[in-house]
Amino acid sequence: MSVFPFLVAGWILLVGLYGMVTSRNLIQAIGCLAVAQCSTYVLLLAVGYRRGGTAPVYSDIPTHSKVVDPVVQALALTDVVVGATVTALLLGLVLQLNKRHGTIDPDALTGLRG
Amino acid sequence: MTPRARLVLFLAAAVVIGAVFTLACLQLPHFGTQTHPYADRAVAATMRQRTANTVSSVNFDQRAFDTLGEESILFAAVLGAVGLLRRTSDERRTRPPLGPVLPSTRLFGALMLPVTLLTGVYIAGHGQLSPGGGFQGGVVLATGVHLTYLAADYRVLDRLRHRELLDRTDALAAGGYAVLGLLGLAVGAAYLQNVLHLGTFNQLTSGGLVPVINAAVGVEVGAGIIVLLAHFLDQTEEFTAGRGAGVSVAAAPGGGAS
Repeated sequence: MSVFPFLVAGWILLVGLYGMVTSRNLIQAIGCLAVAQCSTYVLLLAVGYRRGGTAPVYSDIPTHSKVVDPVVQALALTDVVVGATVTALLLGLVLQLNKRHGTIDPDALTGLRG
Repeated sequence: MTPRARLVLFLAAAVVIGAVFTLACLQLPHFGTQTHPYADRAVAATMRQRTANTVSSVNFDQRAFDTLGEESILFAAVLGAVGLLRRTSDERRTRPPLGPVLPSTRLFGALMLPVTLLTGVYIAGHGQLSPGGGFQGGVVLATGVHLTYLAADYRVLDRLRHRELLDRTDALAAGGYAVLGLLGLAVGAAYLQNVLHLGTFNQLTSGGLVPVINAAVGVEVGAGIIVLLAHFLDQTEEFTAGRGAGVSVAAAPGGGAS
Protein backbone atom coordinates (compact mmCIF):
# COMPACT_ATOMS: atom_id res chain seq x y z
CA MET A 1 0.00 0.00 0.00
CA SER A 2 2.99 2.32 0.03
CA VAL A 3 2.13 3.72 -3.42
CA PHE A 4 -1.45 4.56 -2.43
CA PRO A 5 -0.83 8.29 -1.60
CA PHE A 6 0.81 8.77 -5.01
CA LEU A 7 -2.12 7.13 -6.76
CA VAL A 8 -4.51 9.46 -4.93
CA ALA A 9 -2.66 12.38 -6.55
CA GLY A 10 -3.10 10.79 -9.99
CA TRP A 11 -6.80 10.21 -9.30
CA ILE A 12 -7.33 13.87 -8.29
CA LEU A 13 -5.59 14.97 -11.51
CA LEU A 14 -7.84 12.77 -13.67
CA VAL A 15 -11.01 13.88 -11.84
CA GLY A 16 -10.05 17.51 -12.45
CA LEU A 17 -9.33 16.85 -16.13
CA TYR A 18 -12.62 14.99 -16.50
CA GLY A 19 -14.42 18.00 -15.07
CA MET A 20 -12.67 20.34 -17.49
CA VAL A 21 -13.50 18.15 -20.49
CA THR A 22 -17.20 17.74 -19.67
CA SER A 23 -17.86 21.21 -18.21
CA ARG A 24 -20.44 23.42 -19.90
CA ASN A 25 -19.55 26.43 -17.78
CA LEU A 26 -16.18 28.16 -17.84
CA ILE A 27 -16.30 29.16 -14.15
CA GLN A 28 -16.81 25.51 -13.31
CA ALA A 29 -13.99 24.56 -15.68
CA ILE A 30 -11.65 26.91 -13.79
CA GLY A 31 -12.70 25.21 -10.56
CA CYS A 32 -11.83 21.88 -12.18
CA LEU A 33 -8.45 23.24 -13.26
CA ALA A 34 -7.82 24.19 -9.62
CA VAL A 35 -8.76 20.64 -8.57
CA ALA A 36 -6.39 19.17 -11.16
CA GLN A 37 -3.65 21.46 -9.92
CA CYS A 38 -4.26 20.43 -6.31
CA SER A 39 -3.10 16.94 -7.24
CA THR A 40 0.44 18.33 -7.40
CA TYR A 41 0.25 19.39 -3.75
CA VAL A 42 -0.75 15.88 -2.75
CA LEU A 43 2.00 14.36 -4.90
CA LEU A 44 4.68 16.76 -3.61
CA LEU A 45 3.77 16.29 0.04
CA ALA A 46 3.53 12.51 -0.40
CA VAL A 47 7.00 12.43 -1.95
CA GLY A 48 8.40 14.47 0.92
CA TYR A 49 6.84 12.48 3.75
CA ARG A 50 9.23 10.74 6.11
CA ARG A 51 7.70 8.18 8.45
CA GLY A 52 7.67 9.55 12.00
CA GLY A 53 8.79 12.99 10.82
CA THR A 54 7.32 16.23 12.09
CA ALA A 55 6.97 19.70 10.52
CA PRO A 56 10.34 21.16 9.47
CA VAL A 57 10.09 24.11 11.85
CA TYR A 58 12.67 24.11 14.62
CA SER A 59 11.26 26.89 16.80
CA ASP A 60 9.76 24.49 19.34
CA ILE A 61 11.41 21.11 18.68
CA PRO A 62 15.01 19.93 19.32
CA THR A 63 17.38 20.68 16.44
CA HIS A 64 18.07 16.98 15.79
CA SER A 65 14.40 15.98 15.41
CA LYS A 66 13.28 13.91 12.45
CA VAL A 67 11.37 16.16 10.01
CA VAL A 68 9.62 15.71 6.67
CA ASP A 69 11.20 17.11 3.50
CA PRO A 70 11.07 20.95 3.61
CA VAL A 71 12.09 21.33 -0.05
CA VAL A 72 8.83 19.88 -1.40
CA GLN A 73 6.87 21.96 1.11
CA ALA A 74 8.51 25.09 -0.28
CA LEU A 75 7.61 23.89 -3.79
CA ALA A 76 4.01 23.34 -2.69
CA LEU A 77 3.93 26.94 -1.41
CA THR A 78 5.11 28.17 -4.81
CA ASP A 79 2.49 25.98 -6.40
CA VAL A 80 -0.32 27.46 -4.27
CA VAL A 81 0.69 31.03 -5.12
CA VAL A 82 0.92 30.35 -8.84
CA GLY A 83 -2.38 28.43 -8.76
CA ALA A 84 -4.18 31.34 -7.08
CA THR A 85 -2.84 33.88 -9.57
CA VAL A 86 -3.71 31.72 -12.57
CA THR A 87 -7.24 31.29 -11.22
CA ALA A 88 -7.63 35.05 -10.75
CA LEU A 89 -6.39 35.75 -14.27
CA LEU A 90 -8.67 33.13 -15.82
CA LEU A 91 -11.70 34.43 -13.93
CA GLY A 92 -10.88 37.91 -15.27
CA LEU A 93 -10.79 36.48 -18.79
CA VAL A 94 -14.16 34.77 -18.30
CA LEU A 95 -15.68 38.05 -17.10
CA GLN A 96 -14.52 39.77 -20.28
CA LEU A 97 -15.72 36.85 -22.37
CA ASN A 98 -19.16 37.12 -20.82
CA LYS A 99 -19.26 40.85 -21.53
CA ARG A 100 -18.26 40.42 -25.16
CA HIS A 101 -20.18 37.28 -26.08
CA GLY A 102 -22.89 37.05 -23.44
CA THR A 103 -22.09 33.41 -22.63
CA ILE A 104 -19.70 31.34 -20.55
CA ASP A 105 -20.51 28.02 -22.21
CA PRO A 106 -17.31 26.93 -24.00
CA ASP A 107 -19.32 25.06 -26.65
CA ALA A 108 -21.20 28.22 -27.56
CA LEU A 109 -17.95 30.07 -28.21
CA THR A 110 -17.27 29.00 -31.76
CA GLY A 111 -15.56 31.02 -34.40
CA LEU A 112 -13.51 34.19 -34.13
CA ARG A 113 -15.09 37.55 -33.65
CA GLY A 114 -13.39 40.91 -34.04
CA MET B 1 -16.25 17.97 -31.77
CA THR B 2 -19.35 16.61 -30.05
CA PRO B 3 -19.30 16.32 -26.25
CA ARG B 4 -19.54 12.56 -26.61
CA ALA B 5 -16.52 12.29 -28.91
CA ARG B 6 -14.59 14.54 -26.56
CA LEU B 7 -15.47 12.34 -23.59
CA VAL B 8 -14.39 9.17 -25.43
CA LEU B 9 -11.12 10.83 -26.40
CA PHE B 10 -10.57 11.92 -22.80
CA LEU B 11 -11.32 8.47 -21.37
CA ALA B 12 -8.83 6.90 -23.79
CA ALA B 13 -6.21 9.44 -22.74
CA ALA B 14 -7.10 8.98 -19.07
CA VAL B 15 -6.47 5.24 -19.27
CA VAL B 16 -3.02 5.87 -20.75
CA ILE B 17 -2.20 8.60 -18.23
CA GLY B 18 -3.44 6.42 -15.36
CA ALA B 19 -1.44 3.39 -16.47
CA VAL B 20 1.80 5.29 -17.05
CA PHE B 21 1.41 7.27 -13.83
CA THR B 22 0.84 4.08 -11.82
CA LEU B 23 3.91 2.47 -13.41
CA ALA B 24 5.96 5.53 -12.53
CA CYS B 25 4.66 5.54 -8.94
CA LEU B 26 5.68 1.88 -8.48
CA GLN B 27 9.28 2.89 -9.23
CA LEU B 28 9.31 5.79 -6.77
CA PRO B 29 11.01 5.44 -3.38
CA HIS B 30 8.24 4.07 -1.15
CA PHE B 31 5.94 6.41 0.77
CA GLY B 32 7.44 7.64 4.05
CA THR B 33 10.98 6.65 3.11
CA GLN B 34 13.75 7.72 5.48
CA THR B 35 16.09 8.66 2.62
CA HIS B 36 15.63 12.33 1.76
CA PRO B 37 18.99 13.67 0.58
CA TYR B 38 17.63 17.11 -0.32
CA ALA B 39 15.85 17.41 3.03
CA ASP B 40 19.07 16.61 4.91
CA ARG B 41 21.00 19.23 2.95
CA ALA B 42 18.25 21.84 3.36
CA VAL B 43 18.11 21.23 7.13
CA ALA B 44 21.90 21.48 7.43
CA ALA B 45 21.81 24.76 5.51
CA THR B 46 18.97 26.16 7.61
CA MET B 47 20.95 25.43 10.79
CA ARG B 48 23.96 27.17 9.29
CA GLN B 49 21.80 30.20 8.41
CA ARG B 50 20.09 30.16 11.84
CA THR B 51 16.58 30.16 10.40
CA ALA B 52 14.22 28.07 12.55
CA ASN B 53 11.58 27.64 9.82
CA THR B 54 13.25 25.44 7.22
CA VAL B 55 10.57 26.11 4.61
CA SER B 56 11.21 29.87 4.85
CA SER B 57 14.93 29.25 4.66
CA VAL B 58 14.46 27.21 1.47
CA ASN B 59 12.15 29.79 -0.07
CA PHE B 60 13.81 33.05 0.90
CA ASP B 61 17.46 32.07 1.33
CA GLN B 62 18.48 28.86 -0.41
CA ARG B 63 16.09 29.33 -3.33
CA ALA B 64 15.56 33.10 -3.00
CA PHE B 65 16.18 33.64 -6.71
CA ASP B 66 13.37 31.21 -7.60
CA THR B 67 11.03 32.97 -5.20
CA LEU B 68 11.82 36.24 -6.95
CA GLY B 69 10.38 34.64 -10.08
CA GLU B 70 7.37 33.37 -8.17
CA GLU B 71 6.73 36.82 -6.77
CA SER B 72 7.03 38.28 -10.27
CA ILE B 73 4.39 35.82 -11.48
CA LEU B 74 2.05 37.15 -8.80
CA PHE B 75 2.83 40.73 -9.80
CA ALA B 76 2.30 39.96 -13.49
CA ALA B 77 -1.01 38.23 -12.74
CA VAL B 78 -2.26 41.23 -10.76
CA LEU B 79 -1.19 43.47 -13.65
CA GLY B 80 -2.96 41.23 -16.16
CA ALA B 81 -6.16 41.06 -14.13
CA VAL B 82 -6.19 44.84 -13.68
CA GLY B 83 -5.87 45.21 -17.45
CA LEU B 84 -8.62 42.68 -18.11
CA LEU B 85 -11.05 44.08 -15.56
CA ARG B 86 -10.79 47.79 -16.31
CA ARG B 87 -13.97 49.71 -17.06
CA THR B 88 -15.02 49.45 -20.68
CA SER B 89 -16.52 52.32 -22.62
CA ASP B 90 -20.06 50.97 -22.41
CA GLU B 91 -20.03 50.71 -18.61
CA ARG B 92 -20.90 53.42 -16.14
CA ARG B 93 -19.56 53.81 -12.63
CA THR B 94 -22.40 54.08 -10.14
CA ARG B 95 -22.42 54.46 -6.39
CA PRO B 96 -23.08 51.05 -4.87
CA PRO B 97 -26.32 50.93 -2.87
CA LEU B 98 -26.22 50.58 0.89
CA GLY B 99 -27.06 47.10 2.07
CA PRO B 100 -28.62 46.20 5.40
CA VAL B 101 -26.12 44.83 7.95
CA LEU B 102 -27.05 43.00 11.13
CA PRO B 103 -25.80 44.79 14.28
CA SER B 104 -24.13 41.57 15.42
CA THR B 105 -22.24 41.32 12.11
CA ARG B 106 -21.15 44.93 12.49
CA LEU B 107 -19.89 44.33 16.03
CA PHE B 108 -18.11 41.12 15.05
CA GLY B 109 -16.45 42.86 12.10
CA ALA B 110 -15.32 45.80 14.24
CA LEU B 111 -13.85 43.43 16.83
CA MET B 112 -12.20 41.07 14.37
CA LEU B 113 -10.68 43.64 12.01
CA PRO B 114 -7.78 44.67 14.30
CA VAL B 115 -7.26 41.04 15.41
CA THR B 116 -7.10 39.85 11.79
CA LEU B 117 -4.71 42.60 10.72
CA LEU B 118 -2.47 41.90 13.71
CA THR B 119 -2.52 38.18 12.89
CA GLY B 120 -1.48 39.00 9.33
CA VAL B 121 1.45 41.10 10.50
CA TYR B 122 2.41 38.39 13.02
CA ILE B 123 2.35 35.63 10.41
CA ALA B 124 4.39 37.69 7.93
CA GLY B 125 6.81 38.91 10.63
CA HIS B 126 7.44 35.48 12.16
CA GLY B 127 7.98 33.74 8.82
CA GLN B 128 11.57 32.86 9.74
CA LEU B 129 10.50 31.25 13.05
CA SER B 130 7.05 29.67 12.77
CA PRO B 131 4.93 28.40 9.88
CA GLY B 132 3.94 31.35 7.72
CA GLY B 133 5.76 34.11 5.91
CA GLY B 134 5.19 36.93 3.50
CA PHE B 135 2.84 35.09 1.14
CA GLN B 136 0.54 33.74 3.86
CA GLY B 137 0.64 36.89 6.00
CA GLY B 138 -0.04 39.08 2.96
CA VAL B 139 -3.15 37.09 2.09
CA VAL B 140 -4.41 37.32 5.70
CA LEU B 141 -3.85 41.09 5.67
CA ALA B 142 -5.58 41.57 2.33
CA THR B 143 -8.62 39.48 3.19
CA GLY B 144 -8.79 41.03 6.67
CA VAL B 145 -9.35 44.45 5.15
CA HIS B 146 -12.43 43.04 3.42
CA LEU B 147 -14.10 42.46 6.78
CA THR B 148 -15.19 46.09 6.44
CA TYR B 149 -17.10 45.08 3.31
CA LEU B 150 -18.97 42.39 5.23
CA ALA B 151 -19.48 44.34 8.46
CA ALA B 152 -20.13 47.79 7.00
CA ASP B 153 -20.54 48.36 3.28
CA TYR B 154 -18.62 48.82 0.09
CA ARG B 155 -18.06 52.56 0.56
CA VAL B 156 -16.25 52.03 3.86
CA LEU B 157 -14.00 49.46 2.20
CA ASP B 158 -13.38 51.87 -0.66
CA ARG B 159 -12.32 54.61 1.77
CA LEU B 160 -10.02 52.21 3.60
CA ARG B 161 -8.10 51.11 0.51
CA HIS B 162 -6.43 53.90 -1.35
CA ARG B 163 -6.24 52.49 -4.87
CA GLU B 164 -3.39 54.52 -6.24
CA LEU B 165 -1.31 54.16 -3.09
CA LEU B 166 -1.83 50.38 -3.12
CA ASP B 167 -0.91 50.16 -6.81
CA ARG B 168 2.36 51.94 -6.10
CA THR B 169 3.02 49.97 -2.90
CA ASP B 170 2.56 46.74 -4.84
CA ALA B 171 5.02 47.78 -7.54
CA LEU B 172 7.55 49.17 -5.05
CA ALA B 173 7.48 46.05 -2.86
CA ALA B 174 7.83 43.80 -5.91
CA GLY B 175 10.81 45.85 -7.06
CA GLY B 176 12.11 45.99 -3.48
CA TYR B 177 12.71 42.23 -3.51
CA ALA B 178 14.85 42.54 -6.63
CA VAL B 179 16.76 45.46 -5.10
CA LEU B 180 17.39 43.52 -1.85
CA GLY B 181 19.32 41.02 -3.93
CA LEU B 182 21.80 43.74 -4.83
CA LEU B 183 22.94 43.78 -1.18
CA GLY B 184 24.81 40.58 -1.91
CA LEU B 185 26.52 42.11 -4.96
CA ALA B 186 27.43 45.23 -2.95
CA VAL B 187 29.57 43.21 -0.52
CA GLY B 188 31.07 41.06 -3.26
CA ALA B 189 28.86 37.98 -2.82
CA ALA B 190 26.25 36.48 -5.17
CA TYR B 191 22.90 38.07 -6.08
CA LEU B 192 20.32 37.47 -3.29
CA GLN B 193 22.95 35.76 -1.11
CA ASN B 194 22.14 36.06 2.58
CA VAL B 195 24.85 38.50 3.65
CA LEU B 196 23.10 40.21 6.57
CA HIS B 197 24.00 39.44 10.18
CA LEU B 198 22.38 36.08 10.97
CA GLY B 199 21.52 36.80 14.62
CA THR B 200 20.66 34.19 17.25
CA PHE B 201 18.82 31.02 16.30
CA ASN B 202 15.07 31.15 17.06
CA GLN B 203 15.00 34.92 17.74
CA LEU B 204 12.84 37.41 15.85
CA THR B 205 15.94 39.01 14.30
CA SER B 206 17.50 35.72 13.14
CA GLY B 207 17.83 34.55 9.57
CA GLY B 208 19.58 37.61 8.13
CA LEU B 209 17.89 38.53 4.86
CA VAL B 210 14.93 36.14 5.34
CA PRO B 211 12.71 38.41 7.51
CA VAL B 212 13.50 41.42 5.29
CA ILE B 213 12.47 39.60 2.11
CA ASN B 214 9.44 38.23 3.97
CA ALA B 215 8.35 41.77 4.81
CA ALA B 216 8.74 42.91 1.19
CA VAL B 217 6.77 39.89 -0.05
CA GLY B 218 4.11 40.42 2.63
CA VAL B 219 3.56 44.02 1.53
CA GLU B 220 3.54 43.04 -2.14
CA VAL B 221 1.10 40.15 -1.69
CA GLY B 222 -1.15 42.17 0.62
CA ALA B 223 -1.34 45.16 -1.71
CA GLY B 224 -1.60 42.94 -4.80
CA ILE B 225 -4.50 40.87 -3.48
CA ILE B 226 -6.40 43.99 -2.34
CA VAL B 227 -5.97 45.53 -5.80
CA LEU B 228 -7.01 42.26 -7.44
CA LEU B 229 -10.13 41.87 -5.29
CA ALA B 230 -10.94 45.56 -5.74
CA HIS B 231 -11.18 45.10 -9.50
CA PHE B 232 -13.35 41.99 -9.15
CA LEU B 233 -15.63 43.72 -6.64
CA ASP B 234 -15.93 46.75 -8.94
CA GLN B 235 -17.43 44.50 -11.57
CA THR B 236 -20.40 43.66 -9.38
CA GLU B 237 -20.62 46.66 -7.08
CA GLU B 238 -19.88 49.73 -9.14
CA PHE B 239 -20.10 49.03 -12.86
CA THR B 240 -23.43 48.86 -14.55
CA ALA B 241 -23.27 47.69 -18.10
CA GLY B 242 -25.24 49.34 -20.87
CA ARG B 243 -28.23 47.03 -21.27
CA GLY B 244 -27.11 43.61 -22.57
CA ALA B 245 -23.62 44.84 -23.42
CA GLY B 246 -22.30 41.47 -24.57
CA VAL B 247 -25.25 40.78 -26.84
CA SER B 248 -25.33 44.24 -28.37
CA VAL B 249 -21.66 44.00 -29.32
CA ALA B 250 -22.29 40.62 -30.88
CA ALA B 251 -25.24 41.96 -32.87
CA ALA B 252 -23.27 44.89 -34.25
CA PRO B 253 -19.79 43.64 -35.19
CA GLY B 254 -18.67 47.11 -36.22
CA GLY B 255 -19.15 48.37 -32.67
CA GLY B 256 -16.95 45.70 -31.14
CA ALA B 257 -13.73 46.97 -32.67
CA SER B 258 -12.52 48.34 -29.35
